Amino acid sequence: MTQTAAAASNVTPLKTTPPASATVVALPPAKKPFFGPRTKTRLMEIAAVVIPPLLTTAALLLLWEMLCRSPTASLPAPSKVIADTWELIVNPFYDNGGNDKGLGWQLYASLKRVALGYTLAAVGGIALGALVGGSTWAMRGLDPVFQVLRTIPPLAWLPLSLAAFRDGEPSAIFVIFITAIWPVIINTAVGIRNIPQDYKNVAQVLRLNPFEYFTKIMLPAAAPYIFTGLRIGIGLSWLAIVAAEMLIGGVGIGFFIWDAWNSSRISDIILALIYVGAVGFVLDRIVALIAVGVTRGTANA
Amino acid sequence: MTKPFLKIEHVEKSFSRGAMTNEVLKDISMEVAQGEFISIIGHSGCGKSTLLNIVAGLTQATKGVVFLEGKVVDEPGPDRAVVFQNHSLLPWLTAYENVALAVDKVFARTKSRAERHEWTMRQIELVNMAHAKDRRPSEISGGMKQRIGIARALAMQPKVLLLDEPFGALDALTRTHLQDQVMQIQTELNNTVLMITHDVDEAVLLSDRIVMMTNGPSARIGEILDVPLERPRKRLELVSDRTYIAARAAVLKFLYERHRFVEAA
Repeated sequence: MTQTAAAASNVTPLKTTPPASATVVALPPAKKPFFGPRTKTRLMEIAAVVIPPLLTTAALLLLWEMLCRSPTASLPAPSKVIADTWELIVNPFYDNGGNDKGLGWQLYASLKRVALGYTLAAVGGIALGALVGGSTWAMRGLDPVFQVLRTIPPLAWLPLSLAAFRDGEPSAIFVIFITAIWPVIINTAVGIRNIPQDYKNVAQVLRLNPFEYFTKIMLPAAAPYIFTGLRIGIGLSWLAIVAAEMLIGGVGIGFFIWDAWNSSRISDIILALIYVGAVGFVLDRIVALIAVGVTRGTANA
Repeated sequence: MTKPFLKIEHVEKSFSRGAMTNEVLKDISMEVAQGEFISIIGHSGCGKSTLLNIVAGLTQATKGVVFLEGKVVDEPGPDRAVVFQNHSLLPWLTAYENVALAVDKVFARTKSRAERHEWTMRQIELVNMAHAKDRRPSEISGGMKQRIGIARALAMQPKVLLLDEPFGALDALTRTHLQDQVMQIQTELNNTVLMITHDVDEAVLLSDRIVMMTNGPSARIGEILDVPLERPRKRLELVSDRTYIAARAAVLKFLYERHRFVEAA
């Protein structure tokens, strides 16, 4: 301490010149803009995001309208689509029994199948991925099988599953499951194989048991990879359900499209396609949002 | 003391890849008393981290045994807590949760939930990190991360604290600060500490004995130097202390004269 004190006394004080004096000049108050500068930039940002897609959509609709305006056109123009399907748009939840249900019910039926098949795929995929990622022998044994099976197109499984389950409903769910599971398995396995040795060392020093290791180290460490797989999986499930429902029939957006084609209701098909696209987009965003919430802070520090 | 607290007996380690065998450590033996602060110093690549990992149980020795209180060490455990060079905090947990993970595991049966919380907080306060306990590792500085790493290790109430170049990745000022803090904690709790370092001043300042290792491959213990300096030690007073200067010179001599780092070794 004595040395620091001695050192301090050697320092020449900085305050040698008195601070320069100045007179204060009052400025006229600035004109207050209608929007605060913050609100203005915020609005500009929103506009920059919203306006370009609105413009392109409007341009595309205009092009479509011009191309399909003539009475001889094979496809209806947007104005005609809206006129034809107005009943369906304003009344999404009517129910006349049988397959004659509103688009809301059709989508609900499809989403229910996806929810079940996808949940099974997520749980099974993470479990199998953890096995393959954690054990070298499991990887050597299972990985080649997975690599072959995952290239089979979803619909190719349908006849086989119909033969096995003898019913359309479980077959459709199985098709979803078998479509969505591969990306989940593969990404989970990669994520678990990439867990840094440091985390494993921590787990070993703490003597975490296998269950604790799985929940406290493995899952959080691999979460970004797992969610990549889950996001690809939800997209594929939605692709597969529309195709599968066309074949199995019953209530569902896929069969609705097929049914509309059979009765030449082209406008209905177009409306259904728009709904399918919108729902697919929403599903993808939901999984992405969950991923952001769950993997917050998982990135390497 | 008749029985040494920690005993390393004829430990050897070699890694083999196919027909190639690479001997890293050769015939390492030493004894550590309870409450002693030992530094292991040597040039990089001399296998000092391997030695620490063998004591930690993270690496198995090819030959030889490590005894802790007369029991053979053959797997990792919280009685030999490690402070890793790169802190190894789990990035998805807050500072508090990182320490609590260790506390909850080690004292699952012996402490109640409230006691565990109190114990966790006490460790965090010991390293002066209470203000940042709810931040994640990505939101705090390198020095703060390492302090949480130390708190996590101390929280396990280890018999031996293993420090693997704990201050290596820190800037000089932070390092000084943390060295003082570790010294103070060690005086307070009388931990037995084994520290890997390549910093001569750090070794002399903190240790009771300095184990100097020869260059690898086949690194051995070259010399063990006693540092008979009184505790508590004050960094500034030691600068001109004769014993300190002599010890520092001895280590430097060993490292740079007799066992100079040979690039092509």
